[in-house]
Amino acid sequence: MTAPVIEATDITKTLGAGASQVRALNGVSLALTGGELTLLMGPSGSGKTTLLSILGCMLTPTSGEVRILGRSIAGAPPGQLAELRRDHIGFIFQNYHLLPTLSALDNVRLALDVRGEPAGTALAKAKDVLATVGLSHKINAFPRQLSGGEQQRVAIARAIVGDASAILADEPTGALDSENGHAVMLLLSRIARDTNRGVLVVTHDPRALPFADRIIHMEDGRILNEEYSTTINGKRDWFDTATSFRRPKVTAGDEADWQPAHEAMSYAPAAK
Amino acid sequence: MKARPTMSTSLIIKIASRNLLQDRLRFIATIVGIVFSIVLVNIQMGLFLSFERMVTTMIDHAPADLWIVPFGTKCFEDPSLLDAQDRTKALAVPGVSQATPVMIGFSEWTVPNGGTTPVFVIGSDESGAGLHPWNVTQGDTASLSSPNAVAVDATYFGRLGITKLGDTTEIRGQKARISEITDGIRSFTTTPYVFAPLARAQAYMGTPPGKVSYLLVNLAPNTDIAAVRNQLQTKLSKVEVLTPDEFRNRSRNFWLFGTGAGAALFAGALLGAIVGTVIIAQTLYSSTKDHLNEFATLRAIGSSNLYINKIIISQAVLSAVIGFAVAAGIGLIVVGMTARTALPIVMTPELTGGLFLLTVLMCVTSSVAAVVQVVRIDPARVFRQ
Ligand SMILES: Nc1ncnc2c1ncn2[C@@H]1O[C@H](COP(=O)(O)OP(=O)(O)OP(=O)(O)O)[C@@H](O)[C@H]1O
Ligand SMILES: [Mg+2]
Repeated sequence: MTAPVIEATDITKTLGAGASQVRALNGVSLALTGGELTLLMGPSGSGKTTLLSILGCMLTPTSGEVRILGRSIAGAPPGQLAELRRDHIGFIFQNYHLLPTLSALDNVRLALDVRGEPAGTALAKAKDVLATVGLSHKINAFPRQLSGGEQQRVAIARAIVGDASAILADEPTGALDSENGHAVMLLLSRIARDTNRGVLVVTHDPRALPFADRIIHMEDGRILNEEYSTTINGKRDWFDTATSFRRPKVTAGDEADWQPAHEAMSYAPAAK
Repeated sequence: MKARPTMSTSLIIKIASRNLLQDRLRFIATIVGIVFSIVLVNIQMGLFLSFERMVTTMIDHAPADLWIVPFGTKCFEDPSLLDAQDRTKALAVPGVSQATPVMIGFSEWTVPNGGTTPVFVIGSDESGAGLHPWNVTQGDTASLSSPNAVAVDATYFGRLGITKLGDTTEIRGQKARISEITDGIRSFTTTPYVFAPLARAQAYMGTPPGKVSYLLVNLAPNTDIAAVRNQLQTKLSKVEVLTPDEFRNRSRNFWLFGTGAGAALFAGALLGAIVGTVIIAQTLYSSTKDHLNEFATLRAIGSSNLYINKIIISQAVLSAVIGFAVAAGIGLIVVGMTARTALPIVMTPELTGGLFLLTVLMCVTSSVAAVVQVVRIDPARVFRQ
């Protein structure tokens, strides 16, 4: 088994101050492994975005430890966290967050430009990646000239162009219709086939379920339980050993917990 | 992976220029702010340079190695007088080849079709190394020896109420006839200069007998200037012996700083620079505020603060370059328009270079507020937008 690309242990996070203080995360442990697409699900306010921000080195936990490729980020200053994000993590957001003044090509190239990669190779790589997300014909279009699905594919291209070890997506299909949502999930599951790359997707969208290798359910700042999609084929034998993370609330073999979710699948999973 | 030291700036400049141009109105406001500020500084400094040059123009055109001036003379226009006998004493000093008396002072010019106007008379004997008119366009030096001959500058024709060579009038009730016309001998006091032979000048001004304003000393070849100066200083009383440079500095200091005129010009320039900086800072800050989400995205995808600051500084420098180009164009027009006036605004390569640096400095200084704002940005906000 490959070592986790991101490993979080016993994370707590308190947000806000004074009377409005919220404990957004309360002892969360989780490992994201290469070659795996994990869904993070849970009710609104359960702490999914907060957890994603911490795993992505955008927020520092109140307590607990985060390791990126085995290295602890404890005490790293903002500049170093930015470097970690730049070199190891690709982000995908519900609202795409493309730079409106730049073309699709430049938006993708930007991820390499901030690393100081020479313009020539950066452009070539950006074109390649835009081709893999099926946007070769739109490289000179500006975000306002692209559909939501196309914009999200540009954002995916930007996230993967730098060979990030972890792709973290917060509701990537949230603003998309089912066709575009499907295309985006398909892309993400393909990206997760690379064993050096783990993909974590926060979603409310049940249509994303078939693409998942693993589903983590959160509630009230805690991980409630986890499921493995391999159960579709009736294989549950690696349920306990597949990962190195701790699952505080799920006991091995707790079939009733995860079985129903997969019966609700609306479309076929991507071939793996 | 470590960032390579060579950074592609093209994308930075692309983002910067598009950020600027996205809000046209604000961009125009920024440029107008820069242009106003720089043109104001330009005019103030151009006037200062012009003033500085004009203040010493007579000293610059006097062919003297040393000036003998009345003790305590503050500037060329100082009305103090010397004893005419000092000339004889000066000539007795070994090494002095000439000591030419010069007479200066204000008088009253009768405008032919009514009224009077003050003039500044400069008297010097037409022979020898005196203070003679230059840039003569009509008439000739010899014509000044004809009776009542004076030289005036074409710039002041209107003020003096004359139109051509040969026109006649009176100065302090005594006849004067235009026998030479010069071009571009202008006074920063805006009082017209009138050149005349020494004796006539004394008459025009009503100088007490036996008095002159200055003695221009010329030295024999290979004379030690310091030694002659010492001797002159000891032989003559109540005078100062100055080199042309010393006299220039004295005049300059008196007019530019003693009177507060220079300080006023500098204060105006400083005010222009401050107002400009504040305007640019304000527009840059609000532009950055509008693009905060994009800067947060950049931060989220791991760009360094340096990268983002480069974008903001590029916005500032781009504004500076465009603003300066427009301001320089306006500056050239102003210089052209004032070239023929009594107080031309002077532009030198040094001033142009200085203004450019000032523009860039102003713009970069004003990006500080924007930079501070962006450095404090929370990248996690991208998840909440
Ligand atoms: N900046 C903040 N200050 C104070 N409280 C915050 C802040 N951000 C989030 N919270 C709180 O932390 C908790 C977890 O928020 P989070 O955004 O992680 O939830 P989520 O699971 O992503 O919800 P959703 O599905 O609605 O996006 C919520 O109670 C939220 O109100
Ligand atoms: Mg959320």
